[in-house]
Amino acid sequence: MTVKRMSYEGVVAVAPVTVPYIRYSHQTAHWWLGKALKALSDATGLRSADIDGYCVSSFDLFPDTAVGLTQHLGLSPRWLDHIPMGGASGVVGLRRAARAVQSGDAEVVGCISADSNHVDAFRNMLTAFSRFSQDASFPYGSGGPNGNFALLTDAYMKTYGAKREDFGKICVAQRENALKFPHALMKKPLTLDQYMSARPIAEPIHLFDCVMPCAGAEGFLVMSEENAKAMNLPYANILSTIERHNAFTEDPIQLRGGWAVDKDDLWSMAGVQPSQAKFLQTYDDYPVISMMQFEDLGFCEKGEAPDFVRDNTLEVGGSFPHNTSGGQLSVGQAGAAGGYLGLTEGLRQITGQALGAQVENCDVGVVAGFGMINFDRGLCSAAAVLGSA
Amino acid sequence: MAKPLSPPKAKNPLLRTRVPANPPGLRSRAATGFSARAAEGILALQYCSACNAVSYPARDICANCWSDDLEWREIDSAGEILASTTLQSSTNVYFRERMPWRIGTIKLAVGAIVLAHLHVDVNTGDTVRVIARTDKSGQGVLMALPTKETPNMADDKAMRELTCDPKYRRVLVTDVRTETGQALTKALLAAGAKKVFLGVADDWKPFPGKAELESLENTEFVPLNVTLDGSVLEASKSIGAKVDILINTAQYVRPGSVMSRNGTVTAKDEMEVNYFGLHRLLQHFGPIMRSRAADGDNSAVAWVNMFSIYALSNWPAYGTASASQAAAYSLAQNARADFMGSGIKLINVLHGPLDDEWHQPLSPPKLTGNKMSGSIVAALQQGIELTFVGDIANDFKDRWREDPGVLERELAHNTHID
Repeated sequence: MTVKRMSYEGVVAVAPVTVPYIRYSHQTAHWWLGKALKALSDATGLRSADIDGYCVSSFDLFPDTAVGLTQHLGLSPRWLDHIPMGGASGVVGLRRAARAVQSGDAEVVGCISADSNHVDAFRNMLTAFSRFSQDASFPYGSGGPNGNFALLTDAYMKTYGAKREDFGKICVAQRENALKFPHALMKKPLTLDQYMSARPIAEPIHLFDCVMPCAGAEGFLVMSEENAKAMNLPYANILSTIERHNAFTEDPIQLRGGWAVDKDDLWSMAGVQPSQAKFLQTYDDYPVISMMQFEDLGFCEKGEAPDFVRDNTLEVGGSFPHNTSGGQLSVGQAGAAGGYLGLTEGLRQITGQALGAQVENCDVGVVAGFGMINFDRGLCSAAAVLGSA
Repeated sequence: MAKPLSPPKAKNPLLRTRVPANPPGLRSRAATGFSARAAEGILALQYCSACNAVSYPARDICANCWSDDLEWREIDSAGEILASTTLQSSTNVYFRERMPWRIGTIKLAVGAIVLAHLHVDVNTGDTVRVIARTDKSGQGVLMALPTKETPNMADDKAMRELTCDPKYRRVLVTDVRTETGQALTKALLAAGAKKVFLGVADDWKPFPGKAELESLENTEFVPLNVTLDGSVLEASKSIGAKVDILINTAQYVRPGSVMSRNGTVTAKDEMEVNYFGLHRLLQHFGPIMRSRAADGDNSAVAWVNMFSIYALSNWPAYGTASASQAAAYSLAQNARADFMGSGIKLINVLHGPLDDEWHQPLSPPKLTGNKMSGSIVAALQQGIELTFVGDIANDFKDRWREDPGVLERELAHNTHID
C-alpha cells in the first residue's frame, strides 16, 4: 500500500438508540426505521433538516431502498448510502459515515438499521436471500443459516477441538449480561445444563446456539467532535476500522473470517493492543463465529479460542467482557439491526451510558461485524476500535 | 446401513392423502444448465474455456479471469465429505415432512466445494461418489453416495426421493402386445414391483407371449385401447388410483414418407396411437397420479414415454411416423410442465429402430425388447428423466446437439433403406 490511511480524528459517533425489540411485528421496516429516527431526534434534539446524511440497512425494505425511504420519511439529505451487508452493516455504516463527515460531504449522518418480523417473514427472506444460496444451498434441506453454520461448526470443532461446553460458556455468559439489559427478549437465566440438554436443531447446533428472529431498530449519529461538544452529547472516538469481503476463497470450509487479513491494520491504526480493549462486541449469530472473531481479531492465536474461552470469564466484570448487552443470542436478531446491536452497545459502553451492566474504566473497546452467508460462508467482515472521549 | 423398506400397507381410506409439497425450485438461468444435465443423470460443472477454472455455484462470468465463456463439462464424481449435519428443522414444508435430513459439505476431486444431500451410509471424512439428479421440484441437486454398493442402498430415504424405483410400486404398461411391453413386465417384477397392470387393446385378439404373461404372479390384465377415449377413461376409473408408474409402450410405426403414400389413413393411425394415445392417457391418468405424488412409499412417481429418436429430427424413410413422434415429444414437454409441482418425473426414453416387423429390412443395430426394458427400469431406478437407448440414438443425440441444421440435411440425403 502506498497511500497511508487517514485517521478519523475529529469525527465521532453519538446518540446510540434502540427501539425496543418484539418477537413479531405486523409493522414494516419503514415503520421501524422511522421509529429509530424519532429516537435519534428525541435523544439529540435534531430535526430532519439538521441531518444531511443518511445511511440505511434493512433486509425488508423491498421494493424500496434508502431512496424510497427519503420520500416516505420526509428526508432531504445531500449524502445517502444503503448498506446491504447484514451483520457487517453497523461498522461499515460507521466508517462510511465518518469519511463523509470528515470530508465535509455531510455534516451529520444518521445511521439507522431496522427490520420488522412478520409471522413467516424469516422463511420468505431465506427463499430469495442470494442467488448462490437460492441455486446451491437452500435446495438442500432449507435449514437456512442453521444448516450452513452447523456445517462450519462441525468442521471447526473437529479442527480445533472446540467442545459444545465451550460454546455453552459463551451463551451462558451472554445471558447473564442480558438479564441486566432492559431490551433483551430473553429474560430467564440460562444454565450450562440447560444449554447442553437443549434440543438439536442441526447437529452440532442446538437450540441455544441460535438467535431468535425478531423486530427492532438501532441507530446512532456520526458528526464532528466540535458539533458533539457544542451539543453536549457524549461521544466515542473512532480509532480505526477495517472491512473485507469474500476473503480466503481458497479455504474449503470457513474456519476464519476476513478480519484475519486486516487485523494488523486494525491495531496499528488504532495505536493500541488487543490487551488494552475493555470489551469486545462480536457478531454472534452463532457462538462459533464469536470464537473465530476472538482469533481473527488477534485476542488469541488461530485455533486457541476454545482455550481462550476456558481461561476467561466473559460477563461484564469478568476477565474478558464480551457482548455486554447479551448479544443477539439473548437480545434477539432484528434482521439487519443485528448488525448494529454490537455497535450501539459499544457506543453506550465507551460513553458510560450502558443500559445494563457498565464496564469499568471503559476507554477502549472493539466492535466486530460479520454478514451474509451467500452460499457456504459469510462474506462480509468488519471491525472498529472505539475510544472514549 | 439403510433401513430396508417394508411393503407399504393398504391405505386407510379415512385419512387424507398427503398433498405434494416441493423442495425449493427457484434457480438462476445458469443453474438451470446444471438441472438440464442432472435430468440426464450427468454430473457436470462449468469450466472456463479461457483459464480452465471450475465454477460452483453456476456463474455468468468466470471468477478467476472474468471471461464469459463458461462451458459445462462432465466431471469425476469423486469427492470427500468435509463436514456434515443432520437438520432437525426446516423452513420448507417438503423437508419438514421428511425430517431429520442429512446434508454435507463436499470437496469434489475437481476442486469445487459443494453442498449435497447425504446417503445414510456416508459420513464426515468419507470418500464418496457424487451424483446429480433432479429433485421433486424438477431442479438439479447433488447427492453423496457410498463408493460401493451397501445393503438396501436404494431404500435410503433421501435416495428414494430422487429416484422412481419400481420396488413396491404398481406399474401400468399400456400395451403388452409388444416385445418391449412383455420384457418390461418381467423386468419390473424382477425389480420388486408390487404389481404390473397389463394393458391390452382388443383382448379377444390373440398375441404371441400372452400365455407366458398369464402365468406371471402380481399381474393383472386391463382392457386398454389408447385410440379410444372411452377405453382410456374406463381403465383410469378402474385402476388409475393404483398406478404409481405409467409406462406407455403403445406405438404405431409404418415405413414411408409423405409422398410415398396416398391419402392420410396411415398418418392418422400413427397420430391416433402415438400422439392422441398419449394425449388421452395424460388427460385421464395424469391428474390422478398428480394427486397421489406424496402418498407414502408407494406414491405415484413417474410417467415414462418411449419415443423414436426421430422425434428430434425427421427421418424421411419413416417420415410420417417421425412427425407423429415429434408431436408426441412436444406433448410430453407440455406434460412435464403439468406434472411440475407434484414431483412426478416425466421420463422420456429415446430409442433407435426396434427389432420388430416394421423395422425388419433395416440393418443392425436394432433394439431388442430386453435392451429397451433394461434401459427403462434403469432410468426409473436412477431417477433419470431423459435417456437415450442404443448406439443409434446416442450417435443421433450427439449429432443433433452438435448441429441440428446439419443433421436435418444429412437425414434428407439418407432416405433409403439399404
